[in-house]
Amino acid sequence: MVRKLLLEKAHLEGIRGYDVYRREGGYRSVEKALGEMTPDQVTDEVKKSGLRGRGGAGFPTGMKWSFIAKPEGVPRHLVCNADESEPGTFKDRYLMEFLPHLLIEGLIVSSYALGSHVTYIYVRGEYSWVIDILETAIGEAKANGWIGNNILGKGFDLEIYVHRGAGAYICGEETALLESLEGKRGLPRIKPPFPAVKGVWDRPTVVNNVETLAAVVPIILIGGEEYAKIGVGKSTGTKLISTCGNINKPGVYEIDMTISVEDFIYSEEYCGGIPNGKKLKACIPGGSSVPILPANLLLKTVKGEKRLMNYESLADGGFVKGSMMGSGGFIVLDEDQCVVKHTLTLARFYRHESCGQCSPCREGTGWMEKILRNIDTGKGKMSDIDLLWDIQRRIEGNTICPLGDAAAWPVAAAIRHFRDEFEWHVLNPEESQKRNYGLAHYADPLEPAVAAV
Amino acid sequence: MTHPIFPPDKLAKVMELITHYPEGKQKSAILPILHIAQDNFGGWLSTETMDYVAELLNILPMEVYEVATFYSMCNTKPVGKYVFEVCQTGPCMINGSEEIIQYLKDTLHIEVGETTSDGLFTLKTVECLGACGYAPMMQLGKFYREHLTKEKVNAIIEECRNTAATNN
Repeated sequence: MVRKLLLEKAHLEGIRGYDVYRREGGYRSVEKALGEMTPDQVTDEVKKSGLRGRGGAGFPTGMKWSFIAKPEGVPRHLVCNADESEPGTFKDRYLMEFLPHLLIEGLIVSSYALGSHVTYIYVRGEYSWVIDILETAIGEAKANGWIGNNILGKGFDLEIYVHRGAGAYICGEETALLESLEGKRGLPRIKPPFPAVKGVWDRPTVVNNVETLAAVVPIILIGGEEYAKIGVGKSTGTKLISTCGNINKPGVYEIDMTISVEDFIYSEEYCGGIPNGKKLKACIPGGSSVPILPANLLLKTVKGEKRLMNYESLADGGFVKGSMMGSGGFIVLDEDQCVVKHTLTLARFYRHESCGQCSPCREGTGWMEKILRNIDTGKGKMSDIDLLWDIQRRIEGNTICPLGDAAAWPVAAAIRHFRDEFEWHVLNPEESQKRNYGLAHYADPLEPAVAAV
Repeated sequence: MTHPIFPPDKLAKVMELITHYPEGKQKSAILPILHIAQDNFGGWLSTETMDYVAELLNILPMEVYEVATFYSMCNTKPVGKYVFEVCQTGPCMINGSEEIIQYLKDTLHIEVGETTSDGLFTLKTVECLGACGYAPMMQLGKFYREHLTKEKVNAIIEECRNTAATNN
């Protein structure tokens, strides 16, 4: 049984409310941090834990915190990134909906570590009922003395406000989020300066994902070293995975990052296998931006080892033969799914969400969508496949923010691994409108790796 | 058109929201206030409404227009009483969102982006709303409607018609 650090009590009746949450040991990390630790000691524990940002980039949280500038007389801010919108990802929603006090507890401890006296939760506008849940929980925490002036008599003041976004994927990018928080269009900023030096209203700011900040609670309770013992290598602690697509049990699961991808898909405890006895064709393991992998490369690395659900193993093989942990949005495609069509929906998504600031992304995402639509509807040419490849290559790395890369990678990986399916669409324009290419050889065992001479 | 004005309780909420941000940074409250304005003034943001928000925040009307036109939840054109926002991104597509969209078009006799002649329903397609495990889905007002089927869509349409009839 996996040790659950975040979701263990998610199903307890009434845990959404303060009384049950507190009775079950809630807010003990605030008592410990404010009562026994200095802010720097809290940061040190987070460093020792090896916690990596759970939003997608996987940057070490403790290190991010230690970068925050502390100029005299300038307020600092912690901003919680709850603008969850990466296709396939719905773990933060789950956490906020069922355990709002866990996030608030994490926010209080983290705000203490960073010296933030006004902390914001930037929630995507569509999660409007989640905003009500958070505001109720903040009210309860305030009424019980966990938020406000002189918390626990320790001289630390804190207010937490929920800020409602209004539908823009780009605002999940931290500098776009800060622009949006300032009441502007969500256009990413050129870095440097980094938010840790000049963030919201030019003040030093740390932006962390919901799950990251919730994980601070168990880290303080059990200690950073103990937390780091869970998991493997640099994938410490537990990770929330949201699963969807062709699986029997879609939902949000907490894993300890030692489980294999195969067990994760087929075990009853997690995804519960693929419905109707269908075969696994492909999977996007970490949210729509990360490379799609065919079944054979998903389950085993090129070295023939079982692939595990963690940062290192999912990335094993680089972008050519591997993928990424990303945001933990796990999308499964069975043998009846069309990779061309699925890639088209993602291209459309990125075209819709491009902020329009950089021409490679603004124009390129639109071109990719149009070309993919042509191929999908049987109007494609063979040269379109190379054109797509060329466009994605010219977007990647040539934009202010990573949305360009995020738009390029899914197209690149789809062509890299499923080129024959694209070609089949072009060569069989009529047939491709009636049936799908199917499983083809995508689940065949990998050829044994040959040692370099 | 008369000058839009918030009722006292909404105005109090707006003033409270402004206090969440540092002095002089009241512009930060723009998105939360646009949500209240949209809910209060017929589900969309007219130029008059946006000008009013600019007035409340003591900023230029243009600053409100440029924000309202950037965010997909801000409706800058009139919409029906009930807006069906159906997700069409990958995970929802895998689970049949296209059939749901087609069914809504056939049932309501409108295309995506249009409003029924009685002003009751608007059909929109949207990109990922973070409900991929509960697909196909749509947003209806404040809440998500998940695991959609044709039967569920029928029930939702019926429910909206009944609510509208009761409120009139």
